[in-house]
Amino acid sequence: MTTAIPNSYRSGPDDRGHFGIFGGRFVAETLMPLILDLEKAYAEAKSDPAYHAEMNGHLKHYVGRPSPLYYAERLTEHLGGAKIYFKREELNHTGSHKVNNVLGQIMVARRMGKKRIIAETGAGQHGVATATLCARFGLDCVVYMGAVDVERQQPNVIRMEMLGAKVVPVQSGAKTLKDAMNEALRDWVTNVHNTFYCIGTVAGPHPYPMMVRDFQSVIGSETRTQMQEAEGRLPDSLIACIGGGSNAMGLFHPFLDDPSVEIYGVEAAGHGLTHLHAASIAGGRPGVLHGNRTYLLMNEDGQIDEAHSISAGLDYPGIGPEHSWLHDVGRVNYLSATDEEALAAFQLLSRLEGIIPALEPAHAIAKVMELAPKKPRDHLMVVNMSGRGDKDVPQVGDILRGRAKAQ
Amino acid sequence: MDARFAQLKKEGRSAFVTFVMGGDPDPETSLAIVKALPQAGADIIEIGMPFTDPMADGPSIQAAGLRALKAGMTLKKTLGLVRSFRDSDADTPIVLMGYYNPIYIYGVDKFLDDAKGAGVDGLIIVDLPPEEDDELCIPALKAGLNFIRLATPTTDDKRLPAVLANTSGFVYYVSITGITGAAAADSSAVGAAVARIKRHTALPVCVGFGIRTPETARAIAANADGAVVGTALVDALKASLDAEGRATPKTVSAVADLAAALAQGVRGAQQAAE
Repeated sequence: MTTAIPNSYRSGPDDRGHFGIFGGRFVAETLMPLILDLEKAYAEAKSDPAYHAEMNGHLKHYVGRPSPLYYAERLTEHLGGAKIYFKREELNHTGSHKVNNVLGQIMVARRMGKKRIIAETGAGQHGVATATLCARFGLDCVVYMGAVDVERQQPNVIRMEMLGAKVVPVQSGAKTLKDAMNEALRDWVTNVHNTFYCIGTVAGPHPYPMMVRDFQSVIGSETRTQMQEAEGRLPDSLIACIGGGSNAMGLFHPFLDDPSVEIYGVEAAGHGLTHLHAASIAGGRPGVLHGNRTYLLMNEDGQIDEAHSISAGLDYPGIGPEHSWLHDVGRVNYLSATDEEALAAFQLLSRLEGIIPALEPAHAIAKVMELAPKKPRDHLMVVNMSGRGDKDVPQVGDILRGRAKAQ
Repeated sequence: MDARFAQLKKEGRSAFVTFVMGGDPDPETSLAIVKALPQAGADIIEIGMPFTDPMADGPSIQAAGLRALKAGMTLKKTLGLVRSFRDSDADTPIVLMGYYNPIYIYGVDKFLDDAKGAGVDGLIIVDLPPEEDDELCIPALKAGLNFIRLATPTTDDKRLPAVLANTSGFVYYVSITGITGAAAADSSAVGAAVARIKRHTALPVCVGFGIRTPETARAIAANADGAVVGTALVDALKASLDAEGRATPKTVSAVADLAAALAQGVRGAQQAAE
């Protein structure tokens, strides 16, 4: 696909929500009036200094921002190449980057007078963040989660319930994130009069991909400032894992127009790209699902394939539309890491840095292990440590114990 | 399609519009069902194009789509089903209903050619609102196919003109905010909504979502130009299947019998109203 190189990579989307051919508003008529209302409400909020002042207050005192930019000395020594920094999003309240976006959306929902919040969740991180902010602001919260994910991410299910949210296990399809999103959309169509759909990633109908990106861009903006303080210059490369791609977009977006910064997104290659996986760009093609046009895993009849990843948060057959566009115009390099590579990175990081990462950013670390040794020692590499691994400890523990027994 | 509505108007009655999923429970049985529907009293037939992720459908129609896909249904075969139906019925309007991705992947121009060639009269694509008219609506109208739009309780007077602008054939009023097969519609509210839409368009207005029985069909038909029934027929089909989800000798008649009863309901409406 040939696409013209734009003057800026940061000007999208257009007023119809398009990033090149990607994005758009592919939703049922029932939802369209609300989506237009949301677009208007967000535009108003964006130009209201009081909104930003309130948000910045919550980001500082409730979320705990700015998150540190940490020099990972032992990992750097171990790999013997690039100087590696972690953007510590796992230290945010609720344990991941998800809270940045949820805070922004909940504040828009409050402006719109919506009292009932719904969300989909894969790993449960977005669900936990949504349940947390609903508790904080006294809103009803319903979280849709695939039944398979409910099983493999029990700690987060318990957290959501403790926070007062109702978790609905979704039994359709592969019972993972895609199916949770279908079910959340069905709830939204039914309860559109009082319900705000808090989407967890840079996907869905316009204005969600733009809005979620804006809320997550705090990650990249802080990184710019912090790297300037630490090293007096821009980083040389950025790397982040991608399911829908919100943590990656948040880190990347403020750097898209800095040509010296190499940018890498890491999709989940599951059992490998020729087997079951969740790498939409590596193994998919443009199609339309969940309100937007983007790269999707599907068969020749346009039926959506079931994705697979060890990480529930990456187990989705699509990707945010802006990533699809950044791939087509060649600004971001999209790589992929398998379940096994992520597991190895998970263990290495736990032992070298005393940081148990979520399985999602373990995919990014897996590619750091490949890329960093090839870079000179003055190359500054930033990895988005998008979530902490507490939720994955039971699952990874079971896998490792199972292997130890088999030997 | 226009001829069918003109004829119904002459007869002084509303249209009975049936929905079945193409290829459910298997392509052959599905063709037999579609062929039996006009006989049972269907004035217009909507055929679902199966899709893995039907965001606006309830559990019954979701399951119907998955049964069809499991039985090997594809968009190409759905077009083949229409072609086969046309061998024996040149008149009953056929509307294909579904989601955009399979059409996008098939190729819009090729799809429109093949649909027209197969004898399709109109399209209802759930996830293509007016904001995305360039994708399929405008090309379909150019190709001579009706593009039937959904209007919903959230489509207010301000928005209706945009929704109706590129609509043809009829307007499908979704009587509830919700998914297919959900709560029953309130016929007096439906009457008011239909009247509201008719202030903006001369097109017939058919009403669907939530119609399950001859009684509701009658009540809705009294207030609209047509009543659409889908989930109830799909449920009757499912109830006739064996434990493995395969068709039985009762399957075609299970759907046709319910369709006939519902058709009586719809026909009863205008007589009562007159």
